[in-house]
Order: sequence, then C-alpha cells, then structure tokens
Amino acid sequence: MEKRYEILEHMADGKFRAYGHNLEECLANAALALASLMWDPDKIQPEIGESIRLEATSPEQLTVKFLTELIYLLEVKSFLLGRVNGVRLEEEKKNGKTIYHLEAEVTGDRLSGQYEIYGQVKAVTYNEMKIERTGDGLVLQVVVDM
Amino acid sequence: MDLVRVSEFIWEIPKSGEMRVPARIYASEKLIELARRDQTLQQARNVACLPGIQRMSYVMPDAHQGYGFPIGGVAAFDLEEGIISPGGVGYDINCGVRLLRTDFKERDITAKRKELLAEVFKEVPAGVGKGGITRLSRSVLKEILVKGAEWAVEQGYGTAEDLDRTEERGRMKDASWEFISDRAMERGIPQLGTLGAGNHFLEIQKVDEIYDPEVARAFGINEKEQVLVMIHCGSRGLGHQIATDYIELMENKFGFKGLPDRELINAPFRSDLGQRYYKSMCAAVNYAFANRQMIAHWVRDVFARVMGSAKGMRQIYDVCHNVAKVEKHTVNGKGKLLCIHRKGATRSFGPGRPEIPEVYRGVGQPVLIPGSMGTASYILVGTKEAEELSFSSTAHGAGRVMSRNEALRRFRGEQIRDELARKGVELKATSWKGVAEEASAAYKDVDEVVRVSHETRLGKLVARVVPIGVMKG
Repeated sequence: MEKRYEILEHMADGKFRAYGHNLEECLANAALALASLMWDPDKIQPEIGESIRLEATSPEQLTVKFLTELIYLLEVKSFLLGRVNGVRLEEEKKNGKTIYHLEAEVTGDRLSGQYEIYGQVKAVTYNEMKIERTGDGLVLQVVVDM
Repeated sequence: MDLVRVSEFIWEIPKSGEMRVPARIYASEKLIELARRDQTLQQARNVACLPGIQRMSYVMPDAHQGYGFPIGGVAAFDLEEGIISPGGVGYDINCGVRLLRTDFKERDITAKRKELLAEVFKEVPAGVGKGGITRLSRSVLKEILVKGAEWAVEQGYGTAEDLDRTEERGRMKDASWEFISDRAMERGIPQLGTLGAGNHFLEIQKVDEIYDPEVARAFGINEKEQVLVMIHCGSRGLGHQIATDYIELMENKFGFKGLPDRELINAPFRSDLGQRYYKSMCAAVNYAFANRQMIAHWVRDVFARVMGSAKGMRQIYDVCHNVAKVEKHTVNGKGKLLCIHRKGATRSFGPGRPEIPEVYRGVGQPVLIPGSMGTASYILVGTKEAEELSFSSTAHGAGRVMSRNEALRRFRGEQIRDELARKGVELKATSWKGVAEEASAAYKDVDEVVRVSHETRLGKLVARVVPIGVMKG
C-alpha cells in the first residue's frame, strides 16, 4: 500500500506529512496522521459516522479548519476518528477570490476505556505548513501544537 | 544573523533590515546554543519587525521555537500604534501555575502518600477528552468567562483569600464573551475543572532548598520538607479555539502579505478586531483561573478527607504564562500603558507594584517555574530590575530539547514510573505512552534556566521544590 502519511521529528510539538494524488486525498490522510498523534486510528471501531462541512479562503486555511474540526469532534462529541470515507472539495469564485468548500464523511467510535489515548493536540498551526506538488501528486506538511 | 554578546548572560541581535528595535536574549552559553539550533533567534528577530514594538523583542532563558513568536518571548506594543497578536499569546491562553502551601512535613504524609495521590487522581478529571464533573449551561459559562475565579469562589470552590493571591485576583476586567464563537463555547462547556494532558500536571511536592529565607517566609514557606501542591494547566479547548478563530479572522481581514511568518498575524490593538480578540482572550484567561480554582479546591478536599485536615493549606500564588496584558511601564523615561505579550513567560513584578497582592508588596511577586515531570520546580520572586530588563518578565519552565518521537523511542512510561518510584516519587497517569513523551530527559535543564534568571535579576531564587507525587493527564 502507498504511504498515506509520515510523522516527522519536531522538538516541541507534532509534525507530519500527508500524501495524496490531490488535495482531497492529502486532507483525508492528514486527518489520519493527526489522529495517530493521539490514538491508533486502525484500532478504532467504525461505530459512528460524522459529517463535516466547512469553507475557507485558501488551501492552508482549509487544512487548519478541517483538522481543527476533528479536535472539536473529540472534545465536544468524544469522537475518535478511525477512517475518512471521502473528502470532496469545490472551488467557488466570489468577488475575484476563491472560496473552498469542503465536505467530508468520517467514521469512528466514542471515547471509552477500550482505547488508549496517549497525546493531546491542542491546535493546528500554519507553522512550516507546505502544500507541494510531487511527481504524481501532492504532499501536505502540518505542525500541530501539543 | 548577527548575535552580539553584551555580557555573560545577555545577547543581542542588533537592529537591521525591517527590525524596528533590537532583539535581546537572556541565556547562558549552554542555553544560547540550544536557541541557535532551532528558529528561536529568527522568530525573536521577526517579532522586532512588528508595528509599535517598544524597546526590544525579549527572549527568556528557557526559550524555544514557537509559532510566529518564540516560546519564552516577551514583546510590548504601544496601545495607539501597536498591535495585538494571538500568536504572541499562544494557543493555550492562560496556561499557568498555581501553588498551594501546607503545614504538613513530608514525614506527616509518607504513610498516606499513595492514597492522597490516588484520591487526587480520582477527584481531578485528567486526560484527553475527559469531561469535567458538571455539564454547564451556556449562561453559566458566560458568567465564568466574565468573572473567572470569582465565580468559582461564589460557588464554594475555595475562599476569597485565594483570589487575593491570584494574578489579576482571578478576573480580567476587560473580558467579554460576546465575540467568542459557538465552537469555542462548545469546547469550553465539557472541559471546565479538568487538568487536560500533554505537559500539564498536578504535583504533591516538598521544599528541597530555601535560598532566600526571608522572602520564602513571606510566601508561607518555612522549612525544608514542607509539603506543597502545584497545579499546571490552562484554558483547555476554549482558549485553543479562540486563538484558532482569531488567527483566521485576522488573516481574512488583513491578509498576511509582508509578514515574515503567517503565525505573526495581528490586528492593531485599537481596531475592532484587535479589541474583540483582546476581550475574548481575557475571557479565556478567566476560564483558566476558574479551572485552577476548582482543581485547587478538590485537592484541599482530598487532603482534608485523607489527612483529617487540610492543615494550613493556603494558596501561595497563581500565575499565567501565556497572556497579553495592559500594564504601565517606563519607556524613554516616561510612564506609559503598553500591551505586553508574554508567551511562555512569567510576570515578575518587583516590590511596590500595585498589581501584586498587599501581602507580597513588600517583597515582590511570587514567580512559579515548573520543571519537567518528576524533576525540581522553582519559586522565584520578581524584581524591580526586571522592569527595565524585560518589562517585568522571566522564564516559565524547562522547554523541550527532544522530540516526542525520540522520547517514545528512548523511553517507556512504565520504566519511568519505576525509576521515579526508586527515587520515592509516586506517579499516576492516564497513558504510559504519554508519560514516555514527557520524560524529563526530553526537557532542558530547568536548574540552568533559573540560574540565568537569578544572575540577570529577571527573577531571584527563593526556593527549590521536588515532587513526591505526580499526576499526569
């Protein structure tokens, strides 16, 4: 299987790169990378579904808002992400600016004693954020505050 | 980049390019080497370019790379021409430290040490996603955001004396909930009265060394082996979301073109958006004060129950180390109000400042510097010299020197627990992997940090404390 993401060294906080053929795939894999800093997403039972809808003014802002949504789901709904079933993006031109609309479906389970939670991501930052083209796709680099 | 050594512990980056003022770093040779390894110096230089910055962009001895501003960064801005920046405060608004003293000696609690820690662990919710004891209504949350620790005391969590011994008396008066998003409110509701995770902890400690007996006595620290309790946590998801929201709002309004780093996004202090952020940040500060007030109350309850009495258990002080405040300082011989950003820095007012509690006004403000898990923490006292040196600020902790990945590769939580047990330190945690990430070897030497603070007079040493029981979220 192709590498979906990798966790990088960062002195104080969490840093990762997510890979994909396009931004949608990168964001889906970034969500798994974020989860992996707190729990093992492969161990989470697919019991519950959540839908995410949001908009942003740049791909970077989209990344911050999408990943922050997963922290929100954890803290407010005790939702542990296990899988991202799909991310859809649409671009809309408005007064000469591009607005990015995102829709995503994720599955996972409620927080309970059966899962080990070993870290806490406080916030998603723009620090060292990069979205770069590679040979056949994109790489998205993110640093999160832990 | 030019780095000039001014004296043994003072280094400066002279003004050049876009810098409006020089940058100054307080560090020993060992600490400056650590600062050189990451982006700390570049970030201090970037801060020096922001509009309205006064005197210098300061860097405290424990500094390391942050987002936009370095952690351990102190910057003061003119209220009329200057800015306010969420990145200059940090995501964990009013992350801070509260210290309680007791009349117990270590030997008084030795037999019950395990039970004490187990009970505290039961009473104080900790760990990721762990909710508080009560489900708050939105109207109560709004009250907390305005009243801070005062609300907690009104509800029976602690006493008015606790408020007297809290920075801002536990309530920033400029707070408002009106400009806080629903998302931030929703994250705040389940987390009040929780410790959280990561580097946050609660420790039962003992006094290990007293450097300044007179000041120590004024703080209620009388002798070695005296038992203390330290609580280190912040405004939880509410503060994190406010920071995230305002970074987005400021970016959408002002754009980040011309900024050397996107996380330096800011708004003029007097602008509508600047004021909205400031008032919301003050509300998050209040939430964190209420949070620590509730936790302190539960700790007192546990001591009363397990030991038969909470003998002499009284608050020494509560400090915030991620905050922006309006304070009066002298610039070019004139007193003026400034917006002081302290991001990973502790206020260290010397004797006489009206902001510090009357009981401490003769000696100076208690400065609480937590070490890493299982190592020493320090109590310092603010100085008059610090006003001139750093707008009355000093260090806030140890600061990491090793990534979490590396710590996970090198250490195991259970092994750390066993090593601490051999040293007589009890450890309770919600995750052993989390313990490994916070291994003390992953942190800077806090002894060196406070030595530099003491030598430079940013804050003077009063006492060293060591843990006997550690609870990690």
